[in-house]
Amino acid sequence: MSTQAPSASRSATDPPPNKKLELLTGRDRAVLAIMVIIPALFVVGLVWLPALISVLLSFTRWNGIGPVSDIDFVGVQNYVDLVTIYPSFFPAVQNNLLWLVVFFFIATPLGMFMAVLLDREIRGSVFYQSALYLPVVLSLALIGFIWQLIYSNDQGLLNAVLGTQIDWFGDADINIYAVLVAASWRHVGYIMLLYLAGLKGIDPALREAAAMDGAGEARTFFSVIFPAMRPINVVVLVITVIEALRAFDIVWVINKGRNGLELLSSLTVSNVIGEASRVGFGSAIATIMLLFSLVFIVIYMISIYGERENR
Amino acid sequence: MPRPPGKMPSPTALRRSSGGLRTPLSRRTLLRGGASLAGLAGLSACGAPDPNAVRYGSRSTEAIPKEAFDNVFAAFKAETGLTVDVNATDPNTYQEQINSYLQGNPDDVFAWFAGFRARFFEDVGLAAPMTHIWDEVGDNFTDAFRTACQNEAGQEIVLPFYYYPWAVFYRPSVFEANGYSIPENLSDFESLCEDMQDTGLNPIAFGAADGWPQMGTFDYLNMRINGYDFHIELMAGQQRWDSEEVKAVFEQWKDLLPYHQEGALGRTWQEAAQSLQQGESGMYVLGLFVNQQFAEGEDREDLDFFNFPEFNPSIGAGAVEAPIDGFMLRNDPENPEGADELLRFLASAQAQQIYVDTDPQIAANVETDTSGYDPLQIKSAELVANADNISQFMDRDTRPDFAATVAIPELQRFLANPEAITDITSSMQAQAESIFG
Repeated sequence: MSTQAPSASRSATDPPPNKKLELLTGRDRAVLAIMVIIPALFVVGLVWLPALISVLLSFTRWNGIGPVSDIDFVGVQNYVDLVTIYPSFFPAVQNNLLWLVVFFFIATPLGMFMAVLLDREIRGSVFYQSALYLPVVLSLALIGFIWQLIYSNDQGLLNAVLGTQIDWFGDADINIYAVLVAASWRHVGYIMLLYLAGLKGIDPALREAAAMDGAGEARTFFSVIFPAMRPINVVVLVITVIEALRAFDIVWVINKGRNGLELLSSLTVSNVIGEASRVGFGSAIATIMLLFSLVFIVIYMISIYGERENR
Repeated sequence: MPRPPGKMPSPTALRRSSGGLRTPLSRRTLLRGGASLAGLAGLSACGAPDPNAVRYGSRSTEAIPKEAFDNVFAAFKAETGLTVDVNATDPNTYQEQINSYLQGNPDDVFAWFAGFRARFFEDVGLAAPMTHIWDEVGDNFTDAFRTACQNEAGQEIVLPFYYYPWAVFYRPSVFEANGYSIPENLSDFESLCEDMQDTGLNPIAFGAADGWPQMGTFDYLNMRINGYDFHIELMAGQQRWDSEEVKAVFEQWKDLLPYHQEGALGRTWQEAAQSLQQGESGMYVLGLFVNQQFAEGEDREDLDFFNFPEFNPSIGAGAVEAPIDGFMLRNDPENPEGADELLRFLASAQAQQIYVDTDPQIAANVETDTSGYDPLQIKSAELVANADNISQFMDRDTRPDFAATVAIPELQRFLANPEAITDITSSMQAQAESIFG
């Protein structure tokens, strides 16, 4: 952290912490101030301010045209409308939660498992790595097209192979699961790569020691490697939550997030972006999304800071 | 993907500043040159407008429409000596950003559509009426076109350029082989559907995955059952969605759904069109663009259409759905005389002819020579010329936010659950009240 910068100078006479600043030259302080203030301005200007404006706009009715004085303040009307007359809202909340559950319990563990397998230097490891990672680098338009080819009702691969007539994308009861398979396909590759990078950084001596003590493969992983990977595990967890909350592109490509594929993000976009400028109403959905994220951010912060204090 | 709102970069400005980069120069001269060119571009944007140029906001970035417009503007320059500064943006971005584009520094003349979607911008003062142009060129267009291009007060605000009709498409070879005839009314239509089912043919191809194609079916049913005026008033938020009239439309649709291809919600319009093309379906209610799914030549020649049949003799079948693309005039243009010249020229048969020679659309000007048209274009022109009224398609006839966030999901809900008519219509009414305010 920033206070460690002058650590070299505090060897003989170690000053109390509150006097650390006095050891800095004027120039150091200016540099420090700039280094703190500029990023802070960026964060406030590009993240907090727009978020705050979104929250404010969610209490208004505005079509995005005309001066700010044209904005009508309507209180919580948008939120009332959201839960009373907007049929897409609850399915969206449900789908976002389902997305999180599937990623957390299926896609992420699967990606970690793939990484562990690939870490074993099997033959053709590079090929498997690229095959699994490929979905992450493909453009979303291409991904939509690929899955359209697989799931299409009349011409799709899946129905042809299974000999069924299932309307994978059209049936609102099952299409979210079909999409989750497609989304997991992408997520597994992402997690695999992250985790594999972490595994490569593990000291081989740990494994040797575990083997020496007579631990099997599984025991070595769960009792030695996994705990040693804690920082990576936290990153993977955070990425899983982020990916689940910002899920958007794949449903947008398939049917713009309608008919069973509603997500909070797709509803926000279809209300705010484009000609349909229901800015206030869309902001209300965005605010709900922000609240969801805040829950996870708070949990994350507590775990991070809690850990730091325990040290 | 969401894009940050903001003024679209002007491709003309980009082109201008990159023009000097062709010859090999040292990096420094190049930078200096680039800076001075950019400065020039900036100056020309801030200073007095060039009296010999008209700025045009285009949504035609694909090769064929772009070339067609280039030809039109070359002819305009030859005739009037005025240059057209084209500011082109790809159609999706153009439509998504139209609000911020018009609130920034829009071009004097810009591409847009007829119908409610045009009225909205004129109403909030972002576009100007062009009655003075229509006074001169009005004879070039039918009365139905004039109505479609007017605002609430009856002033013309759009200049029509080309259009395409929606109709019931079929393959003449299939009709001939089975001895089917063109249905004139509802009972003909229903018995034709039954005949098709008896011969193992799916009567009506149907794909609603994209969200909008099913709007065409709703529009036609509403116009045939309740008439054009009711339809337009409903779209404008002046009639109730939970009225008996609208429920009757859904009830009728529910009766016809068994004749439609099953599983429509998972099918794109392209796939539905292919089922018509492969002879699995007998008919398809769609726009003329369905012919994109038919290979040019023999395949496309075996494609024809008929007007959506009459459902009620007192209402008839005179209303035709034919979305019109055209131009609007910016409020307070920088070069008013030039903009007027351009609009006058674009209204002429000469300009529209030049355009359709390159891009095979159907020209709005009735004087345009149709000798270069293929049979479907000729037939489309006849259908629309004889129409009593022209609707513009639901997403152009109503508020875009209502179309995108209410009509599409609710129509899809109806297709998934046709029994829920009362629930769907009352939900649509509640949301319409919240949006139309």
